[in-house]
Amino acid sequence: MDTPSSSNATSVQYVSGITVRMAGDSGDGMQLLGTQLTNTSALAGNDVATFPDFPAEIRAPRGTRAGVSGFQLQFAAEEIFTPGDSLDCLVVMNPAALVTNLADLRKGGILVVNEDGFNAKEFKLAKLDKDPLEDEVLESTYRLVKVPMTQLTRQAVADLGLSVKHADRCKNFFAMGLVYWLFGRSLEPTQRFIQTKFGMKPEVAQANETALLAGWAYGETTEAFGISYRVEAAQLEPGTYKNLMGNQALAWGLMTAAQRSGKELFYSTYPITPASDILHELTRYKNYGVRTFQAEDEIAAVCATIGASFGGSMAVTASSGPGIALKAEAMGLGMIMELPIVVINVQRGGPSTGLPTKTEQSDLLQVMFGRNGESPLPIVAPAGPADCFEMAQEAWRLAVRAMCPVVLLSDGYIANGSEPWKIPNVAEMEPIEIQHPEGAAQTGEKFMPYSRDENLARPWAVPGTAGLMHRLGGLEKEDVTGNVSYDPANHQHMTDTRARKIELLAEQIPLQTVFGDKSGEILVVSWGGTYGACHTAVSRCRKAGLSVSHVHLRYLNPFSRNLGQLLRSFKTVLVPELNTGQLRMLLRNQFLVDCRGINKVQGKPFTVRELVEAIRDQACVDRDCTVVDQKLQLCAS
Amino acid sequence: MNLPVLSASDFASDQDIRWCPGCGDYSILAQMKKVLPQLGVLPEKTVFISGIGCSSRFPYYMNTYGMHSIHGRAPAFATGLKSTRPDLSVWVITGDGDALSIGGNHFIHLLRRNLDVNIVLFNNRIYGLTKGQYSPTSLEGHVTKSTPMGSIDHPLNPLSVAIAAEATFVARSIDAHVKHLEMTLRRAAQHKGTSLVEVYQNCNVFNDGAMAYAQDRNQRPENTIELEHGKPLIFGKNRDKGIRLVGHCLEIVKTAEVPTDDLLIHDETSADPALHYMLSRLRYPEFPEPIGVLRNVTGVATYDEQINDQVVQARSKKGVGDLQQLFNSGDTWQVA
Repeated sequence: MDTPSSSNATSVQYVSGITVRMAGDSGDGMQLLGTQLTNTSALAGNDVATFPDFPAEIRAPRGTRAGVSGFQLQFAAEEIFTPGDSLDCLVVMNPAALVTNLADLRKGGILVVNEDGFNAKEFKLAKLDKDPLEDEVLESTYRLVKVPMTQLTRQAVADLGLSVKHADRCKNFFAMGLVYWLFGRSLEPTQRFIQTKFGMKPEVAQANETALLAGWAYGETTEAFGISYRVEAAQLEPGTYKNLMGNQALAWGLMTAAQRSGKELFYSTYPITPASDILHELTRYKNYGVRTFQAEDEIAAVCATIGASFGGSMAVTASSGPGIALKAEAMGLGMIMELPIVVINVQRGGPSTGLPTKTEQSDLLQVMFGRNGESPLPIVAPAGPADCFEMAQEAWRLAVRAMCPVVLLSDGYIANGSEPWKIPNVAEMEPIEIQHPEGAAQTGEKFMPYSRDENLARPWAVPGTAGLMHRLGGLEKEDVTGNVSYDPANHQHMTDTRARKIELLAEQIPLQTVFGDKSGEILVVSWGGTYGACHTAVSRCRKAGLSVSHVHLRYLNPFSRNLGQLLRSFKTVLVPELNTGQLRMLLRNQFLVDCRGINKVQGKPFTVRELVEAIRDQACVDRDCTVVDQKLQLCAS
Repeated sequence: MNLPVLSASDFASDQDIRWCPGCGDYSILAQMKKVLPQLGVLPEKTVFISGIGCSSRFPYYMNTYGMHSIHGRAPAFATGLKSTRPDLSVWVITGDGDALSIGGNHFIHLLRRNLDVNIVLFNNRIYGLTKGQYSPTSLEGHVTKSTPMGSIDHPLNPLSVAIAAEATFVARSIDAHVKHLEMTLRRAAQHKGTSLVEVYQNCNVFNDGAMAYAQDRNQRPENTIELEHGKPLIFGKNRDKGIRLVGHCLEIVKTAEVPTDDLLIHDETSADPALHYMLSRLRYPEFPEPIGVLRNVTGVATYDEQINDQVVQARSKKGVGDLQQLFNSGDTWQVA
């Protein structure tokens, strides 16, 4: 967003995009405000990317810094890939929200403050010895707009006979109305939302809508802002779009995979942040044949999927790192039984309980190696919220091709983030073909449960089929017959076969695509939720004249067939990850290429700036980069 | 439908049985093969799921579908299978270590959910496959490889646990008492809902004779009491002793001295688990230990029935789901 040039009576200014964050106490309804603004912006045709950030506690101590909940959103008239680095606008409801978020507001940015939230009691809760609004730097650095939101909300709903407590609950809608005015957003989608959500309680619906309208009217009347902003529709690929969150996209992807393969979905899980929303979503779709099972623990959840898979269902479990640790033994069993399941890991900050509501990519090696014995499993990773839809289907497709568990690695940032999703045409989707052998009784031949097809997959014979009775188990099996075997040569052969089977999946996955040139100086290799930041950073550096390309991996085991060739076509390979270097270790190990890491574990996604700087530093190791720096400065503004 | 007449051999797999000679498991396997043909369920519709331990090798010896899973988790595999394939007859084979120690959690939850599966718990009060450590059902003071000074754990009573979890079918039998075992397994199979059969099973290598008081045919009449629904609790070689309820306690009385009407009449169908629980607490040597069906409550909805009913209900209410409709629902926008 450009810095506005005039600040007299309100005028309208068109900008290419806005990054805004709303922050308040965890009970202040900031997540609701954020999702409404996101949805409304998407409906206005903007490209959107979101970053909700909230504490692990449901009601963290009120007014404290630890209890601050925020929602960041970028909406733009062009294609965007991240929720933005620095903020054009920050809305804060209390002192704690101000002091914990102010550093991200760019100089000259708009700072909207609920001044009713600023009093001695709140300063104490936020551990402040004076009113931060008295700091003159605020006025001189930012465009500070103080609004007595609590008072104005109370006045607006005064005629409705609500208690003060209930009236104050509407103040996020007042803030919403004000923000909508500031960015010229239509109130209509949120008015509809209020009716749907609170229709059963007409007095609540009316109060919220009144507060929303009052917020808008306040913006319209006050001259404090001077300018309001407009962001036009983005030119996305033609089609019908919907705003979709990552976990919802996973759920829909799983349902679609079930339909494509002629199966009904069995989803078995144990509640854990940030994966639980997949369960909440799926359990609504029983009329689609979805059966959800909330198990007694993580182990039971995964074991139930293996039981269901044995019975011929499409079975899926999901968790986060701590739960995946508990599932490890059963994942190994699924692997040696050679039954298809999908195991979703929505990663969060670790180790142990770690940072439950924050994002991280530190479970790659866990899912790659975290089982006893030689037990390789395929791993896929969506690149963003909308990509979850496709990768959920890919996970199931690979699981039935190879007859083994497949791991899908999402993360908290993808799970809770949202972006426009182009609605696919279901009728045009290819089936995922599955063949269950019919009874062998007709031929009179003895059924061989560990015979193999061209993918080295064994037949998926399901109970109920005459003549195919067989026993699976965790003990090593003799190839072909499936009988228990302790034969040394057989164990070698089976270990090699199971590994080879995973390697062969490379034939089933697409070749790796490259953003930029196919050879050159620097290749940035990323995976998972860092896609947007990496893509944007590489794009900026290329515009500044650097020889840098980007490869984003959605298949982590096996890698695409052409990945080694690509890595060797660049002088330097940079691997940005929200861990201490896990993909880097795998790449070095497999390809003997000296990859360099850009690593961060702060529970937060990369900013584009961080990555641009890291790429720039690499590019400028042995050359003068004055010109590049000038260009980067231009591009980054 | 005409079912083929099956025999025990139709349920026997071609695998060599690898239990120790003299193990009580052989008897349980034999009775199972005898019972299954009586049930009218085909081998291909039958699934045995086990955990880990000596007993858990059981599925390999049955010519049915089977899973030898991981330690303690057989109930969870069974839950996934039965929930999605209610048409199958599912058996869980487990032991005292498998079901009550590492798998205690799943054991309780399977019972309280009341899936229509049958659990056979081989209780030999010892860890056999790991060569002789004490188990959760080993008695206090039991000297084993891991308790040289005697066990200081208080043993767990699986029937008490099951009744506390409001299991709908709870029974006990004995490996050596083959007729009784056959009857008990058959009744378990016929029950709709989760059935638990605890079988006293002799480990002749690591805990030989631990339950001889019940297994030995000469000692059995004095030390066990065969429960029969609607009948008074009478035991003893000469059927000269009975059990009477006095206040909140059970006591042994001589039948010659007490009118039969005063003896406790066994009601296996009572929904209230209090008396079933009291029966489960009767322990040798103070009391005869009850064998047979302690509890058999019918009419309780099963989990597998309900999870599938909800799908039917949702479809009749909302219609069969259409993905395209779902995707296009709610707020959408067009880009031309």
